[in-house]
Amino acid sequence: MNVWQFMLQNHAEVLELTLEHLWLVGVSTLLAVFIGIPLGIVITRWPALNKPVLGGANIIQTIPSLALFGFLLPAPWIGARADRLAILALTLYALLPLIRNTYAGIKGVDRSVVEAGRGMGLTDRQLLFQVEIPLALGVIIAGIRVATVISVGLATIAAAIGAGGLGEYIFRGLAMVNNQVILAGAIPAAAMALLADVSLGWLEKRLSPH
Amino acid sequence: MSQTKSHPVIEFRNVSYRLNGDAGRELLHDLNLRVERGETLVLLGRSGSGKTTTLKLINHLLTPTAGEVRVEQRPTREWDVIRLRRMIGYVIQEVGLFPHFTVARNIGLVPKIENWPANRIAERVQELLALVGLHPEIALRYPRELSGGQRQRVGVARALAADPPILLMDEPFGALDPITRAELQREFLGLQNRLRKTIVFVTHDLREALLLGTRIALMEAGRLVTVQTAEEFPTCVEPLAAAYREAFGSDLENSRQRDQP
Repeated sequence: MNVWQFMLQNHAEVLELTLEHLWLVGVSTLLAVFIGIPLGIVITRWPALNKPVLGGANIIQTIPSLALFGFLLPAPWIGARADRLAILALTLYALLPLIRNTYAGIKGVDRSVVEAGRGMGLTDRQLLFQVEIPLALGVIIAGIRVATVISVGLATIAAAIGAGGLGEYIFRGLAMVNNQVILAGAIPAAAMALLADVSLGWLEKRLSPH
Repeated sequence: MSQTKSHPVIEFRNVSYRLNGDAGRELLHDLNLRVERGETLVLLGRSGSGKTTTLKLINHLLTPTAGEVRVEQRPTREWDVIRLRRMIGYVIQEVGLFPHFTVARNIGLVPKIENWPANRIAERVQELLALVGLHPEIALRYPRELSGGQRQRVGVARALAADPPILLMDEPFGALDPITRAELQREFLGLQNRLRKTIVFVTHDLREALLLGTRIALMEAGRLVTVQTAEEFPTCVEPLAAAYREAFGSDLENSRQRDQP
């Protein structure tokens, strides 16, 4: 039996795991966007926070994912359900690219444009929302793109703590020493990552200033 | 206008400016200077002489570390900085147009955040484009589609949008080719004849200073060396002024006379 036949035969399960996977990635990326982008903006305004925030996000990034899942296990409410745990861990991992790109995007806006805006009497808010964010949008979307693609891959490990997703097949396949089963998890996950990469790449190009 | 002595529009009182507070390098030392209503005061000096610093102290992009800058008799420290800047047009060499806005939105931004009605903004944009010698159709273009000269014209139009009484210009024509520069300088004179703004104009080009300035403030290493009217400057005995004249050669004397009636 090859991998395609396997997937066809178990199409209901494949679909269910894919949807679980999408749920883990989608919710965590969304959470990371809502936390990471404001944090990235905040550190352009208060340079003193720059090092601790980026440093913290960097440190999280260096924690091996399995260990992070383990660390979070005793957390109240979060630790009670595997998918909550996975979403929290994935959110934490997605923060770094989002904070960093938001910061770099805003800092990378042409200095003369910012100075002209400030000189003509834009308030900091107006400068941020009408000039800096629109001009940084391409770089910020690039951050979302990187975070999403990383998250699709990392979410397969969430199966190790029972959070479901396409990692189920990969771990099952490993246990059964069955490549077909591994591929039944790996192929949809790779397709998902590619799709996210291409579509967000397209968005990035469209929203980049000319 | 009455002949009674009016108060200066901008006044520097013993102003010094240091980078990073007290510890840093002093960019400006004990400056005293008055800018009168309706004049074009040129700050002339080489790079690092403190011209741009002086300019940025006026619209409070920088805060003096000693002394005070007064605009309309009020220290810049006491001004609401947003209100202060909206009554001061600001033009810089790099222009700094917003690349994601059309020309019309660039020019109309300050009127828009001042809540002008849309039709009045549109009218004002057309009026300003005509004023700086640009075709009305340019309103719909983006900055990247314009030539350097057109961009700087838009920059001037944007600075004039809300009709500010004061204009600060930091080497606005410095990056243009000589022909375009001469064209814009001529138009600047025509514009200033009609609008009578109070202008502080930064340049390192003596010829430009003589052509455009009512008075010339010569700066060197963060200090004001001398202030002379444009008529006096060519015969000023100040060694630095003489050095400038020498550097710019003998065709200098003609440059001002040519443009006088």
